Order: sequence, then C-alpha cells, then structure tokens
Amino acid sequence: MKSGSRLERLLSQGEFVVTAEIGPPKHASAEPLIRKARLLKGYVDAANVTDCQTAVVRMASIPAAVHLLREGVEPVIQMTCRDRNRIAIQADLLGAYSLGIRNLLCLTGDHPAVGDHPEAKGVFDLDAVQLLDMVRRLRDEKVFQSGVPLKGPEPRFFLGAAENPCGAPVELRIMRLAKKVEAGADFIQTQCVFDLECFSRWMESVREEGLDRRVYILAGVTPLKSARMAQYMHENVPGISIPEEIRERMAKASDSQEEGIAIAVETIQALKRIPGVAGVHIMAIAWEEVVPEIVRRAGLFPRPQLPEETDR
Amino acid sequence: MIVAKPKPFPFLTEQLRPYRKVAVVGCETCVAVCLAGGEREVRRLAQALELERRVRGGVELLTLPLTVKRQCEYEYLEPLRETLKGVEAAVSLGCGVGVQYLAAAFPELWVVPGLDTLMAGGPTALGVWEEYCRLCGECLLHLTGGICPLTRCAKGLLNGPCGGASEGRCEVNPEVPCAWILIYERLRRFGKEELLRHLTPPKNWQLAQGRGPRKLVREEVRG
Repeated sequence: MKSGSRLERLLSQGEFVVTAEIGPPKHASAEPLIRKARLLKGYVDAANVTDCQTAVVRMASIPAAVHLLREGVEPVIQMTCRDRNRIAIQADLLGAYSLGIRNLLCLTGDHPAVGDHPEAKGVFDLDAVQLLDMVRRLRDEKVFQSGVPLKGPEPRFFLGAAENPCGAPVELRIMRLAKKVEAGADFIQTQCVFDLECFSRWMESVREEGLDRRVYILAGVTPLKSARMAQYMHENVPGISIPEEIRERMAKASDSQEEGIAIAVETIQALKRIPGVAGVHIMAIAWEEVVPEIVRRAGLFPRPQLPEETDR
Repeated sequence: MIVAKPKPFPFLTEQLRPYRKVAVVGCETCVAVCLAGGEREVRRLAQALELERRVRGGVELLTLPLTVKRQCEYEYLEPLRETLKGVEAAVSLGCGVGVQYLAAAFPELWVVPGLDTLMAGGPTALGVWEEYCRLCGECLLHLTGGICPLTRCAKGLLNGPCGGASEGRCEVNPEVPCAWILIYERLRRFGKEELLRHLTPPKNWQLAQGRGPRKLVREEVRG
C-alpha cells in the first residue's frame, strides 16, 4: 500500500470505484461542504475537493477536505501548479497529510486569465508531471524536491492525475499520460466522457501501451442538466465535445434533467464494460444532489465497505 | 530583438509639464526596427511635444531630438555630454535597458521612459510582433524542436500539453496555436517524437531570476 487510503484499498481489491466532485464555497462557511458531504456519504468511495477550479477564488481545498473528513467522506484533494511554487506546495502537502488527507490529484491548473482574477500572476513553477514526480519522491524517497531529506515521517499520498481522453493528437496525449504514470500517478481521473467511441479508442491506446496495468483509470461522467448546458459545454469548454446525438436527445427531451440522468447512467454502464476502466468519477457541476440517484440507477449502490467498516 | 511600444502621448506631456528643455533620445537598434524608438519616431515625438505645449500654453518647450547607435552602451551615450548641458529632462525612446543607461550616464538628467518594453521577439507580419524568448537563462530548444514551450505555452508547461487545446489552438488564447502540438508535429517530422517521453525536471529559476539582477562574467572575453 502506498497510502492506505480507502480509495487505494478499494481499487487494489478490484472494486469498480465511484468518486464525485465537491466545489468548495465562495465564502467562509463550511455549511455547503457539510451538506454536500452528507448527501454523498455512502454513495461515493471518495470525493474530490477542487482547488479554485477555473481559476475562481473559493475556500482552499485542504481545509475544505478536513470538513469532509469530519463528515466521514474520504477526500481527494486537488492541487494545482497555478497558485503556489514548489515551496508552498510541499509545505501545504505536509500539512494536508498531518490532517489525515491521503489522496491527492495533481493538476497543472486553469490559467488565471480564465478566472475571476485575470490580472493575477500565474505561478506555474512546476507543471503537473513535475508535481507528480515531486510528491512521489516525497513519499518513496523521503526527499524534498531539492533533494534534502525529510526529518521525520513522509507524506504518503495516493497520487492521481487528470487526462483528456478525447484530446488530439492521440499519440501525443498517450505519451503525456505515460509520462504522468512514469512520474508517479497511481490513478487517473479523465475529463468527462460523452463520446464513448472516442473514449474506447483512447482506452485501446492505453491498453496497447500497457498503461491500464500500471494505473487505475477512472472515467469522468457529467450529467447534463439541460440542452443549453450541453450546447454550452460543447462549444465553450476546452477539450470537451458532446456528440450531436446526445445534444439532440437533450434538446428533444420533455424532462431534460431526467434525460441527463439517463444518459449519465447509460454512459456509466457502457464504461463499466470497457476493459481497463477501474471506476467512474462523477462531476455533477452544481448538481451534487443528483449523484445518489445516478449511483443507484447505474447499479453501483450499495458501495463496498472495508473490513473495519463492516465490523462497526 | 527587444520589442517595445510607445507610451500614450498624454502620459509624456504630463510627465514633461515642469520642464522647458527636454531631450528626446532614440536608439538605432531593436526599438528602431520595431518602429517605436528610431530616428523617425524621435523626430515626430519631439515635434508633437513642442506643438502640444504651444497649443496648451505655459512655458515654451524646447526639444532636442537625438538618436544614438545603442542606448545600452555608455560608449555611445558619452558623445551626448556636451549637447545635454542645460537640458533638464529626457524622454528615452530606448528599451528599459536604454532608459536606465541614459539615467546612469547623466545623473543630473531626469529621465522619463517613452516606451513600454514588452518582449524578446520579432515581427510576424506588418505591424505585428510576437514573443519568442523569456530569457530564462537555460535554453531547452534542443528538446522541443526549436519551439519554446516556456514562452509559447500560456502555462509555460515543460512536459507536454495541458488537456485544453481545441483544434490545435490554445485554450487560454485561441489566437495562438498550442505550442506543444507544434512541437509534437515538428519532432515527428524529424522522427524524434521519443523526446516527448523525456521528463524535463523543474526549471532552475535561479538562472532566470538570479539573486536580483543577473550578471554574466566571461573571463575569456575579459582577457
């Protein structure tokens, strides 16, 4: 075991895992986090806490994750390279580990120009690959990025990275994925999958490279709430394309929320059949309350428990 | 070359309001080539400043249009010493280096920057200049097929593209091609795409930022 986190243990037991995403609030109260944690508890194996996603200021992911821990939901903290240099990242991660956080998703981060403080300086002292390498060495070699040894217990994180399965060119994306695995990624959470054909082709390349045996792939799933959202994401979200068929289904549906849920459930069931997919990561953007229903309808409820949890 | 652009004219008139005798000092090197601070721009600015003062009223302004070969070498500034006697202020149409050399060479002269210095780059079309180098102190272009990811990727990524490129364009600025896709295509043309598997370690920013201003000493040149 690298970290002994729930997520790592369930994956190593061969469970098809379910993770979800929680965006911290744009204020100083933990109330929304606690509400979302209670909503998701028992339906997901772990929940990602975003690190100022889309470069918009929110509560920091480490303290937000502590609120999740208190509610009994295992967090996956996200750490981007946008706002911190290598000194700040390592310092924050030592603190995060001391607070009981065990899963870490390493991201480059969205550029400040797309967020709510476009005049901010983007740090990008490291990129996501270098970040993974640094945190793996903290864990496995017990040294800081500089090579200076730690003076006590090392932070032992289960390390994740992100990947866009429908990005082009495929060969370049696979090379980058291989690099992330080489640098230390234990699991991958992908950008949301709408185009199953393109995702399957990507998984084929992943298997050809043998990467599915070296890293757990969690496929991203986003339930669409409306036809407008589908169109917006298709046109405006970098790296996402939604097939016309799905956009049409959303447009024609009498109950678009129900249709969005149905598409998400079908997508999960299809993903489950693709060799090498180890789980799903449900990103219900500002619609966390729908996650339990999706998990149930996809046949993924109840979630597995670890031995000590069933003893209780 | 160093690429610069003129500061707004009202900024300059405001800065020069207290002075009667003002030199406008251009530079024949980079800023002349990028049409911001050569002899022609110096002449035009000097005339415009005098005219504005006349129209606006107040003490008459006398300008001295001067252009040197390179404002970033004391050797070329020294000959201005006689001419600048009695001059109260100067607008430098040099880059940020030129402004500082001028101020250092003439401690009695109040120096105002006439340009905003932008980047190390070059022209890509008539009236268009683009950045190519961040002057980071440790060139990686042998790994990236002559395309600098530090400069030309919005996030300065050194290990391949982020997931956001759409149809080969940068997610941050769709006007710009994704540097990593350009790098990939070029490496492929040379059969060197294996270079993309190379893990580039974190950059040594000491080379880029130093301990304050960077200094280069080459003993073999010193002699």
